[in-house]
Amino acid sequence: MGGDKAVLTGVHFMSGDIACAEGAIAAGCRFFAGYPITPATEIAEHMAARMPEVGGIYIQMEDEIASIAAVIGASYAGLKAMTATSGPGFSLMQENIGLAVMTEAPCVIVDVMRGGPSTGQPTLPGQQDVMQVKWGSHGDYEIIALAPSSVQEMFDFTVEAFNLAETYRVPTFVMADEIVAHMWERVVIPPPENIRIVNRKKPSVSRDDYMPFMPDDDLVPPMACFGEGYRFHATGLTHDERGYPRTQDSEVQTRLVQRLCDKIRKNADKIVRVEEVMLDDADVVVVAYGIVARSALSAVRRAREQGVKAGLLRLITLWPFPGKHVAKAAEKAKAIIVPEMNCGQIVREVERAAKTTPAYHVPKLGENPHTPMEIFAAIRRHG
Amino acid sequence: MRIEIRFAGFGGQGIIKSGIMTAMAACIYGGKHAVQTQSYGPESRGGACKSEVVISYSEIDFPKITEPDILVLMSQHAYNEYAEDVKKGGTIILDPDMIPNEKKLEGVKIFRVPATRIAEELGRTIVANVVMLGALTAITGVVDKEALKEAIKANVPKGTEELNLKAFERGYEYGKKLVEG
Repeated sequence: MGGDKAVLTGVHFMSGDIACAEGAIAAGCRFFAGYPITPATEIAEHMAARMPEVGGIYIQMEDEIASIAAVIGASYAGLKAMTATSGPGFSLMQENIGLAVMTEAPCVIVDVMRGGPSTGQPTLPGQQDVMQVKWGSHGDYEIIALAPSSVQEMFDFTVEAFNLAETYRVPTFVMADEIVAHMWERVVIPPPENIRIVNRKKPSVSRDDYMPFMPDDDLVPPMACFGEGYRFHATGLTHDERGYPRTQDSEVQTRLVQRLCDKIRKNADKIVRVEEVMLDDADVVVVAYGIVARSALSAVRRAREQGVKAGLLRLITLWPFPGKHVAKAAEKAKAIIVPEMNCGQIVREVERAAKTTPAYHVPKLGENPHTPMEIFAAIRRHG
Repeated sequence: MRIEIRFAGFGGQGIIKSGIMTAMAACIYGGKHAVQTQSYGPESRGGACKSEVVISYSEIDFPKITEPDILVLMSQHAYNEYAEDVKKGGTIILDPDMIPNEKKLEGVKIFRVPATRIAEELGRTIVANVVMLGALTAITGVVDKEALKEAIKANVPKGTEELNLKAFERGYEYGKKLVEG
């Protein structure tokens, strides 16, 4: 579906938002429902132009609650579906994100983070939703979240987000920020045959034997689509393998919720991605993600030039949290520096994983990420 | 080599587009690394607006500007806000009709290009930013002239290519005269 116009193979100069939309299209996304919000508006704008070109559907919904609801419906109907928003819209989506988790609807949600709380600073960046993405909806659950640092990664990670969503039947998040989203950089879009695409597992049993929530060994149930002739009951209530509500049954609640968590936790080694730079002999480890990781890389290089053994652990996957990688890097290190565009969020996870190695948070709010000098100064101070 | 350029003015002057076209020229048509970032207020027109470009021979880590080598200023507000940020020995290119009040700045090369007036002469104020790009190219040589023309063609609305290239040439000539004295 989509033909020649689906993958814009070639070298481009693009903004992060546009690269994100193109990544989605290249991954096979053919449904976008959203409500425009700075700094994610250009994703919706680009999708509005591009969806009709590739045989897809674009709907501007009345709000973000409806947007994520429509995405879940489209996913159940068999399409790869996405929405994109920023903080205030992300807050509105939280209840239905729980519904996507509970009904195991593969979908991609892009949160282009701006300064909060509330409407905050619409045109300025932040990394203030990195805990909300994990804990924002009620109940116990696990999701997958990726943090791009460049326009190229806005393309690549959106493709990857669809692959992960389809593999694990879980909402998957691209946690961008205003800078990465509005920044223009060179992007290389590979030919379609060089882009890895994963599609959800389809049922291999007969229609009579199919149960929509009966997992395989990897804890992920194969997914029939509505209209394909399989019996399919879906609900936000606790349900058994047939999808029927079991609101009084402790055993079913235990089995279902534990599996929803375990399908991510037990596959974490396959999901987690980090970038490790000069960590082998590092006394000071900088743990960073998103746009801040670029300043951190610059700071680490500067430190090395001056004889300070610094290294960078860049978190590509924020959730599931790369705790093992942090623990390993912490073993030999004297100190860990965690620069974030918030008042201290991921640093708490870093502290948990680093055990006795102290982790120092470097907060930054407002228009600019930390300069390389600011992170370098922290390396000096604690190294 | 890392060159930092900041374009600033108000929303609606094509400030952000200027940055995109410059970065695209350096990167896609010029073979260097380049990144453009931007900052603007919630208002789409009339609010303060800036666009920043980093050009480098090596990969660019930090994409923002700390000390601009070149400032292109198109409003009094932008001048008041940023003129003193320029690196020692750096360059300021400004539109004197938009910036009636200048301060005394030392150790800075200042070039006054009446881009808005030139654009008006061409019949469309909206191409003032492209006049500025022509002047920028002639004065600083920071991007290749042909590369920037390619970037302009790739970015302006269809049907306006000729007007924009004319605006670019007018700015280029004006800038060249300023340099040659």
